[in-house]
Amino acid sequence: MTDTQTISVTVNGETASAAVPVRQNLVDFLRNTLGLTGSHVGCEHGVCGACTLEVDGAMVRGCLMLAVQADGAKVTTIEGYGDRAAALRAAFIDRNALQCGYCTPGMLASALEYVEGGGGADRAAIREHLSGNYCRCTGYQSIVDAVCDVIEGESS
Amino acid sequence: MSGPLTIFDKPNSLIGKPVDRPDAKRLLQGRGKFVDDIQLPRMVHAAFVRAPVAHGRIVSIDLDEARAVPGVIAIYTGADLADHVEPYVGVLSHMVGLRSAPQMPLAIDTVRWTGEPVVMVVASSRAVAEDAAALVFVDIEDLPPATDMERALEPDAPVIHPDFGNNLAWERTVEAGDPDAAFARDDVSVVERTFRFGRHTGVTLETRASVVDYDPSEDTLTCHYSGQAPHMMQFIFAKHLGLPEENVRVISNDVGGSFGIKIHTYGDEIATAAAAKLLQRPVKFVADRLESFLTDIHARDHVVHGRIAVTPEGEIAALAFDDITGIGPYSMYPRTSAIEANQILNLTGAPYALENYRANAKVVFQNKNLMCQYRAVGHPIAMAVADGLLEEAAHKIGMDVVEIRRRNLVKDDAYPCTSATGMKLDDLSHHKTLDKLIETMDYDAKRAEHAALRAEGIHRGLGLVSMIEVTNPSPMFYGIGGAPIASQDGSTIRLEAGGAIHVSSSVTEQGQGTNTILAQIAAGVFGVAMDRVKVTTGDTKTTPYGGGTWASRGAGIGGEATLQAAHALKEQVLDIAGVILQAKPEALDIVEGHVTDKDGTQRMSLSDLARTVYYRGNELPSDMTPELVATRHYRVTDFPFVFTNAAMAAEVELDPDTGFVKILNFWAVEDCGRVINPKLVDEQIRGGVIQGIGGAFYEECIYSEDGQFENATMADYLVPMAFEMPDITIAHVETPTKTSVLGAKGAGEAGTGGAPAALLNAVNDALRPLDAQIHQMPMTPERILKALGTV
Repeated sequence: MTDTQTISVTVNGETASAAVPVRQNLVDFLRNTLGLTGSHVGCEHGVCGACTLEVDGAMVRGCLMLAVQADGAKVTTIEGYGDRAAALRAAFIDRNALQCGYCTPGMLASALEYVEGGGGADRAAIREHLSGNYCRCTGYQSIVDAVCDVIEGESS
Repeated sequence: MSGPLTIFDKPNSLIGKPVDRPDAKRLLQGRGKFVDDIQLPRMVHAAFVRAPVAHGRIVSIDLDEARAVPGVIAIYTGADLADHVEPYVGVLSHMVGLRSAPQMPLAIDTVRWTGEPVVMVVASSRAVAEDAAALVFVDIEDLPPATDMERALEPDAPVIHPDFGNNLAWERTVEAGDPDAAFARDDVSVVERTFRFGRHTGVTLETRASVVDYDPSEDTLTCHYSGQAPHMMQFIFAKHLGLPEENVRVISNDVGGSFGIKIHTYGDEIATAAAAKLLQRPVKFVADRLESFLTDIHARDHVVHGRIAVTPEGEIAALAFDDITGIGPYSMYPRTSAIEANQILNLTGAPYALENYRANAKVVFQNKNLMCQYRAVGHPIAMAVADGLLEEAAHKIGMDVVEIRRRNLVKDDAYPCTSATGMKLDDLSHHKTLDKLIETMDYDAKRAEHAALRAEGIHRGLGLVSMIEVTNPSPMFYGIGGAPIASQDGSTIRLEAGGAIHVSSSVTEQGQGTNTILAQIAAGVFGVAMDRVKVTTGDTKTTPYGGGTWASRGAGIGGEATLQAAHALKEQVLDIAGVILQAKPEALDIVEGHVTDKDGTQRMSLSDLARTVYYRGNELPSDMTPELVATRHYRVTDFPFVFTNAAMAAEVELDPDTGFVKILNFWAVEDCGRVINPKLVDEQIRGGVIQGIGGAFYEECIYSEDGQFENATMADYLVPMAFEMPDITIAHVETPTKTSVLGAKGAGEAGTGGAPAALLNAVNDALRPLDAQIHQMPMTPERILKALGTV
């Protein structure tokens, strides 16, 4: 149960090597070993989306992937999106598309995936895309508004 | 009230403006600081062995294998902690007759609900602690459980606390007028229904979490705590761990959702603090999702038998009901689990001019997780019963549901008045909000459209609710009952040497935007730009005493304290400016960070003034106090609560073949008094509505008969997600409360409290042509099909 394996992973542009327990999930590794606490843990079984982050260009659930599976991968977390997410961040602020902010890193990741994937300003489609990210505070409406604003170029 | 009544009209007032939240930037960069983000030197981690059965006697506990796991630092049983923790009992002195048994952080002889903590394992990591916890063997002899709250009162039911003789925790009856005579009248139509409301829970996305550190050199306990009421927790940790209160510091930075879940005393959290004290090092406990479902307080869980009598003219002749609610094996400490039933007695029918009213509530112990206050305490039950019965009565006498409301709602010019249940009401606007709702939703056109669609086999329904909402509680709520829960709050505002101001407030931020509205109020009243205001909340060591955030009190109470403090600081500054500038203070003002003449001519910057006072006091007269800081506290007086009101409506489409309901539209018109920031309040109302939709259609803690929680995962317990949720139209009526200068009431409960009633009525409106009705929430497809008689 305490077996470890050494992995090398590029996170937000920096390469890190560490011996990790083989049973440790990726989000725990990022949070506890690397100190990147932006990705949150909500349910630990892939339902809530709080731990959504990018691995080799795909948005994944950080709680459903083991850290050892990320060996050799390129990982980007909320701390590493940089200018890619600038328009979404501005729109989220403008629309108050967050309250407690706990779902926000995962929500932003899913929204970024939708926008970068060329999704249209179609409210039903946006809602469907975000339907794996749980938010208890907002009514989701402001988040949909924010994504639409970015697609329609209303936010800088 | 005396005070600066014209501040809202000043051009530099930010009150009422849709200002952005400054703290959103941080959260969008992943730089939030939640409790699980904290790692302290020598920190260790807790995991708990929990009761696998709902009721049982602990025969023995075998810890040998667990102790042998490398990395295990300590293991505590209930008996181990008994010498270090004073038991706690969840009763309030003004709730006469309410009883509960002493609770300890870990069960000692008997377990009373599935999930109750029994053994605590502390280890070098949570994973190791869980490994060891899995090796603890607790031998439990099963006892018969009392899980069904209705059967728990029967004479042959197992008694959960043998000394009590039965499972009744509390009972109260409220009566006004002569309801029996009114129901017996020949001319009234009577509608009688039984409503069932499922147990549900808060599902905060950040689970309960604490990191507790103890420093033996100073006998100080510091708790980083995901919670809503830091000063209350300071008292509780001090009292029950035997520490001087001033040696306990509770810090609540970012809190990832609370909704009333995080204002209670949980055994695992008290055990964590006790372990930190015993081990003299930091201990972290973060509940996992399973632990959250099993032990975060649950809410609702009511069966209500209700009756209404209406005259042929639609006047409510009488309203009566009996409520039974199951609260688990204890009344939660310190707020008590009887408050929800009490609210239902007080709130049901309160928007209407009622003369004849009777309500009885029985609060029952059972072998399930504890039930206590969650967002909109009691409101969803009160509103669904009153407005559910009212809409059915309207149909029975052939009257439109809007018309029957207009004939019964308390008139907008009738205030102040007292409700049938004895609640003092003032500054409400039921008719104005209803009128605005009807206009906003285009009611008549919707009715005509639905009638046409029915002919095509499309089943749509409209349902409404008129509601009141408890906000801004006064000390007559908890203080009178002896609980360490403040109803006053304070703000300290100081002028910084650089010309900015710093606001330190006892109300707390959980995402609703408290810090932002405090900054708006302070900036506008004092006279600096928003970005020159810094706000600190959530730290018992640095903020004034207060209650924190619960019952929608942040804006109305914390906001008023901030307004008064900003005004007081402004007076101080202008007094000093008058001396420095050789001017009369009343001839001066503060605008955009400068002391000005009344005509706006800038005389000196705030920074120059502050630096003179702080660093060059030699330039001031010797009798001038070098003080640029003001504290003001505020509490509501004369009223137990500042009630607010709302009118809401839902439009649904029902598929009678599958039982699925699609919410097409939701409209909410709320009167929360003065709106401080429409952008924040609108989305908070929407968030509240979504939680109400959760209770109405999705969320339910399902227990087996023997007390096993059967859907304690987020995959099985359904929560509202983006795809199923509608856009929600919000409108406001603003009737400022006269209890304060600011005039703000709360806005946090309305959506959650009112939406279920509107949705129940809308579904029943869609079902009515099919000769079916439903009175159970959540309204699952299966239950709707059962109502239709198709399964």
